[in-house]
Amino acid sequence: MSEQLFQKMAQSIIDGDSDAAVALARESIATGIHPLDAITKGFVMGVNTVGDAFGRGEAFLPELVMAGEAMKAAVATLDPELKRRGSERKILGKVVIATVEGDIHEIGKSLVATMFGASGFDVYDLGVDVAPDKIIGKAIEVNADIIAMSALLTTTMVKQKEVIEELEKEGLRGKFKVMVGGAPVTRDWVKAIGADGYSEDAIGAVTAAKQLVGVA
Amino acid sequence: MHTILRSGKKEVTIGIDKPFVIIGEKINPTGNKKLAAALQEGRFDFARQLAERQVAWGADALDINVGVPGLDEVAAVVKVVTAAAESVDVPLCLDSANPDVLRAGLKAAPGKPLVNSVSGEEKRLEAILPLVKERGAAVIGLTMDDNGIPKTPEERVAVAEKILQRAAKMGIPIEDVIIDPLVLTVGSDSKAALVTLQTIELIRKEFDVNINLGASNVSFGLPDRLTVNQTFLAMAIQAGATCSITDPIKLGTTIRASDLLLGRDNYAARFIKYFRNTEALREQGAEPAKV
Repeated sequence: MSEQLFQKMAQSIIDGDSDAAVALARESIATGIHPLDAITKGFVMGVNTVGDAFGRGEAFLPELVMAGEAMKAAVATLDPELKRRGSERKILGKVVIATVEGDIHEIGKSLVATMFGASGFDVYDLGVDVAPDKIIGKAIEVNADIIAMSALLTTTMVKQKEVIEELEKEGLRGKFKVMVGGAPVTRDWVKAIGADGYSEDAIGAVTAAKQLVGVA
Repeated sequence: MHTILRSGKKEVTIGIDKPFVIIGEKINPTGNKKLAAALQEGRFDFARQLAERQVAWGADALDINVGVPGLDEVAAVVKVVTAAAESVDVPLCLDSANPDVLRAGLKAAPGKPLVNSVSGEEKRLEAILPLVKERGAAVIGLTMDDNGIPKTPEERVAVAEKILQRAAKMGIPIEDVIIDPLVLTVGSDSKAALVTLQTIELIRKEFDVNINLGASNVSFGLPDRLTVNQTFLAMAIQAGATCSITDPIKLGTTIRASDLLLGRDNYAARFIKYFRNTEALREQGAEPAKV
């Protein structure tokens, strides 16, 4: 019976239907399904489906945005029940994410942040045009596992390098895994600046992040 | 209001009563690995080919960006500007966030070039406007400031006003400032294009300055991007945009058709000429899809 509900949950995410997702989340609480099961066996499956389709070029950005919003709505509905049961959702790791200083490109970064959140990471999204010391400061403050940086311009990519250099200078490089992304970022660049992880798209970023925290 | 750009011998006038001006966007290594590699190897023939090809397809001016990580961009911009100016006779648009690169490019460019770009950000205003003034160039002003890209048309107009005032203070004539109202993708916000269209109308009404448009952002993350780009461009031209840094091969025909439909092309002469020219190019096997 709950199998059917899980499938409906996944479908509500695939449809990007926040209302349906919230209703299903409520229904699962009423029927005594553990909220963690609702998330991992139900809603996340939908996120994975849309994410994979996006990766293959079969789904499009607005659909991914809608799925992300539905996922957020579902998790928000389940959250009080999670807390009541005293069983927080297992957090895969903490990620501080930002678009680097001088760069205001938001979409890719926000997409990755949404996918991280939907996949079980605790995400601190600092927004766009964020200075290196702010990124590092936040990572220290929340004791992050991963620092993820986006840059869409060849002229702002160098900031990714600056952050890594700054971490090295402060003796903090070993404390955080560093991921970089953005259209001009190539494997050569990742190697040259000594970043730990990289992906061409949001779905790959989740896989890479999971590897970095040792859960993939 | 007319913004005049010049190459070695030719003059291009941007204005609402003139044909829409196409600034070819393809000399830009971001997303063009072949060009990036060529620039890194010190080969400038590929940039030259891109220049010739875009002009053949109707570009009135050419944007030049040499942003490759690790490259000596100051040296590279001089080489690319020189190569472009030798092979085609159209005004150039220097595209960089680095004032040193702009300074070098402005010095190397003939005639009266365009600078891409300044914004409402203090740092950029202070660094870029003096270069524009000194060279007697024109400049594109992006409607964003230290707080990012404003969400509403009114706020974007306020940034435009700030840029125009600062330029005026510097002694840059108002007709040499082209405002770019910025376009975000409708892929993540379905009102994004509407905000830009409304900004264009407001800026036209308030300041009557020329308006530039980057038209390919708008369709990011969507299928059939070309149709979305073409439709948006036509709407923006109707709203009052007067030039665009864009791909002449993909969007030239939409632009010529828009001019015709807005009564700026007597006897459809430009449209027909464009059709004949590009038909010949297509017959030579130069399909747009291959670029």
